[in-house]
Amino acid sequence: MTGFRLQLGGRVDRSRTVTFSFDGVRYQGFAGDTLASALLANGVSLFGRSFKYHRPRGLLAAGSEEPNALVSVTRGPGRFTPNLRATGVEIYEGLEAVSQNRWPSLKTDLGAVNDRLGMFLPAGFYNKTFMWPRSFWDKLYEPAIRKMAGLGDAPTEEDPDHYAATYAHCDLLIVGAGPAGIEAALEACGTDKRVVLIDEQDELGGGALSDPAQWAWLADSVARLEQAGNVTLLTRTTAFGYYHDNFIGAVERLTDHMTQPGEGAREKLWRIRAGEVVLAQGAIERPLVFAGNDVPGVMLASAARTYLHRHGVAVGKSVALMAAHDSGWHDAFAHARAGVKVAAIIDVRSEVDGALRVEAAALGITVHLGSSVIGVNGRHRVNGIEVCVGGRGAATRIACDTLLMAGGWTPSVHLWSHSKGSLAWRDDIGAYVPDKPNENVRCVGACSGKWDFGKGQVIDMLPTPRSPARIKAFVDFQNDVTAKDIKLAVREGFRSIEHIKRYTTNGMATDQGKTSNLNGLQIASQALGRPVVDVGLTTFRPPYTPQTFGALAGHAKDALFQPLRKSPIDGWAEANGAVFELVAQWRRARYFPRGRESMLAAVNRECRAVRSAVGMFDASTLGKIEVVGPDAAEFLNRMYTNPWKGLEPGRCRYGLLLKEDGFITDDGVSARLAPDRFHLTTTTGGAARVLNMMEDYLQTEWPDLNVWLTSTTEQWAVIAVQGPLARGVIAPLVEGIDLSPDAFPHMAVREGTICGVPTRLFRVSFTGELGFEINVPAAYGRAVWEAIHAAGKPFGIVPYGTEAMHVLRAEKGFIIVGQDTDGTVTPDDAGLGWAVGKKKPDFVGKRSLARPDIVAAGRKQLVGLLTDDPAEVLEEGAQIVADPNQAVPMTMIGHVTSSYWSEALGRSIALAVVAGGRGRMGEALFVPMPGRAIRATVSGMVFHDAEGARLNV
Amino acid sequence: MMLIHCPYCGERRPEIEFAYAGEAHVARPVDPSAYTDEEWERFLFIRANPRGRHNERWRHIHGCGRFFNAVRDTVTDKFETTYKAGEPRK
Repeated sequence: MTGFRLQLGGRVDRSRTVTFSFDGVRYQGFAGDTLASALLANGVSLFGRSFKYHRPRGLLAAGSEEPNALVSVTRGPGRFTPNLRATGVEIYEGLEAVSQNRWPSLKTDLGAVNDRLGMFLPAGFYNKTFMWPRSFWDKLYEPAIRKMAGLGDAPTEEDPDHYAATYAHCDLLIVGAGPAGIEAALEACGTDKRVVLIDEQDELGGGALSDPAQWAWLADSVARLEQAGNVTLLTRTTAFGYYHDNFIGAVERLTDHMTQPGEGAREKLWRIRAGEVVLAQGAIERPLVFAGNDVPGVMLASAARTYLHRHGVAVGKSVALMAAHDSGWHDAFAHARAGVKVAAIIDVRSEVDGALRVEAAALGITVHLGSSVIGVNGRHRVNGIEVCVGGRGAATRIACDTLLMAGGWTPSVHLWSHSKGSLAWRDDIGAYVPDKPNENVRCVGACSGKWDFGKGQVIDMLPTPRSPARIKAFVDFQNDVTAKDIKLAVREGFRSIEHIKRYTTNGMATDQGKTSNLNGLQIASQALGRPVVDVGLTTFRPPYTPQTFGALAGHAKDALFQPLRKSPIDGWAEANGAVFELVAQWRRARYFPRGRESMLAAVNRECRAVRSAVGMFDASTLGKIEVVGPDAAEFLNRMYTNPWKGLEPGRCRYGLLLKEDGFITDDGVSARLAPDRFHLTTTTGGAARVLNMMEDYLQTEWPDLNVWLTSTTEQWAVIAVQGPLARGVIAPLVEGIDLSPDAFPHMAVREGTICGVPTRLFRVSFTGELGFEINVPAAYGRAVWEAIHAAGKPFGIVPYGTEAMHVLRAEKGFIIVGQDTDGTVTPDDAGLGWAVGKKKPDFVGKRSLARPDIVAAGRKQLVGLLTDDPAEVLEEGAQIVADPNQAVPMTMIGHVTSSYWSEALGRSIALAVVAGGRGRMGEALFVPMPGRAIRATVSGMVFHDAEGARLNV
Repeated sequence: MMLIHCPYCGERRPEIEFAYAGEAHVARPVDPSAYTDEEWERFLFIRANPRGRHNERWRHIHGCGRFFNAVRDTVTDKFETTYKAGEPRK
């Protein structure tokens, strides 16, 4: 292979050639290469365009801190992943990667005009410029800015992959498998501790992978860990977040590196609970800040060494080093020893360790101390640098194709900070290090601030004789933030680093400032004239690196996104063409269309059947609670507004439940089966809430009451048979219950059998017709339903859905809690004052009914509303005004809560809450709609059979 | 995800098994009708909302179902202790 691949060295497998493409051009690399190293080996130095100025960018780093080289990888429909770091993409046969944020091509990008206009694009430019007119923002400014400034394209197709998730528990979790992490794992080898060691790279070793002198140790150590039996090793796994009580989230990438991904999960989310956590995340080298530090070919010195030793790739033919730290010298020496020409070592320090100078001399490298790079020549690739002494005087040009930067090291304290561990500032390394832990965690190795790669000088910007206003010296490469931007923010009055960060966007890109935070902080500190510790540090938040939505969602999508509750009769409804709706988590039959029947036609037909003959309805979703115990009646008496103690066994009562604030929270018909046993029903959506509320009072306020509460919602199937012919339908099926009106009156309950199945048979009605609600054990629900349906055929029985149920109950003025009430409605507001036990000394909410605001006049009250035009059906939720001609904004006096076409009345009906509503009977009100106002008259709430004659037959 | 100690089960379990239930030791009066409007308003609406140590109620809703009390620091989000309903304030 020509180009930059060295003859020898590296951990790549030179026996396995891999062909891949970048921007449509085919290249070859070796197994073990990343996309970054393989492209470098082919002489590619241009990887992307920058976010704002569209400047050409190359590799800065070799690891997950890479800010520039973001690529998109596509592997078929729906499998498009943008914004991947080329340094983390393992090549495989057929890999297709493309660059981002350029048009029409990477080499010729028209957006680069922004770079020439740079002086017009300072920090806060968008906020200051694109403000007016407001209407331009949505249609012009935002789309244009999004097109120009951006990362990769969002995928447009559904992701066909699936993702796994698991919980893991261990005694010791080690994050980072560099030398420090491996040592920590070795210490636990052979103990009885369950150990998990995770690393984001494809191979264990971390920094040791870039140092051949450690390879023998590494191989031996990994072998010991693999044989240990108590150590789980996870590679290609990123610990992205550290949460309460040593709970760590990690994503394992299972197939992205494979030529044939197969059918398995693409990624796996690990939720790990650890007894102790050891963080060994290492440190990230800092770039230096000077004009042209982003030209392709300028990169971190440590990254160059990684490409050299791990991948066997030289980053250039002639390499210069700009250093403020000893470590860079060793990286330069490594290149010289590998046969790469080192053009010069420039160090901002006037004095360096004598041993470094001796070795440089021995390798024949020219050294410039007390000097700095003040300019970089070349646009798509470095071709030389300008150097001057002490930031003054004339510049010397040095020819080179690569410039290494060694700006010192920043401990990776991201996860430590997620865990709320405190940080301490260290002046000598110019960085924060872990201080006091907040969990059972410790940091080892370079992330604790301990390393053996020498000393350095902490510097905010390299000295330069050029005007700071005229140079672009980058701090945040991914968000295109320069030193000038940060200084501007300080001049404009920003003081807190959190504000400076948001104004300049420094550290806010997808790399979360891994290479920029500390340089930005140093520059802000200098500009503010305050020590770094006083300026503070921005907050680190999960995720450490971007993760896919797929991994986080796991199986929780489509049908598995949330449970779908189905009644025992759901299958029959589906087989008989029901149209369903979701009610809470229940799937309920809304109506049963015949042929091409519309919803309105179907509902009208279903309503007619109930009013004239008989209908059947699946009410299984009703919440049900069995209340048992010697104090059951006393307990209900305290919970509900109604009196319960006098209710005879075998009788039912409508119950109204308030919260302690006096507002309606639930209702339902309940039956007393025995002196110590009640069968309660709640609204479909309120079952869990009501049970929780009752348990709360029972356990904490009245623990002396001897009562047991059991949720029986799913134990019973409930079939409502409603209509004047209802008795005739069920009579042949029921045994052991006298169904005659005298023996079994309205609001009574009996136990017996139906179709041979035990039943709790309620004579109740939510329709205003003669009605029964037949409770049978859930397993028999469908069989009994089908038997009733067959028995009802001669009577013209019709199954009806929730929509007809709504119409029928509204015709009778029966409220639906949560639709006709909204958490601010009292029993009196809803016209349910009759359900409040006047003689009861206390019940939940009673005291609140005497509060001044509750007894004040003018409260919104539930009333009926009849439109002048009987064909006009009001919109539910529509606002109501007294005078449609008043100026906008109008005074709203209420709103429509329920509104339907009533087939029985041959006109529309509505329920509404209206201020002082019951005092407005017969008054005309208006519902403003676009272009008109609908006139309607206030009426009572019961539209049909007001005297209730149809119930008592 | 926090671990919460249920004083009834005697186990530390993940917080997804629990439901928060507001400030602890806000007892419902035996005779609410004896309360003035101001007293009732204090009982209904006024809560301590401290910065720091907070006595609060939790329910082990997906476990034993019991309500219990806890002391949690609202700054550090750490539990100091949990104790059974009816036991004195800690």
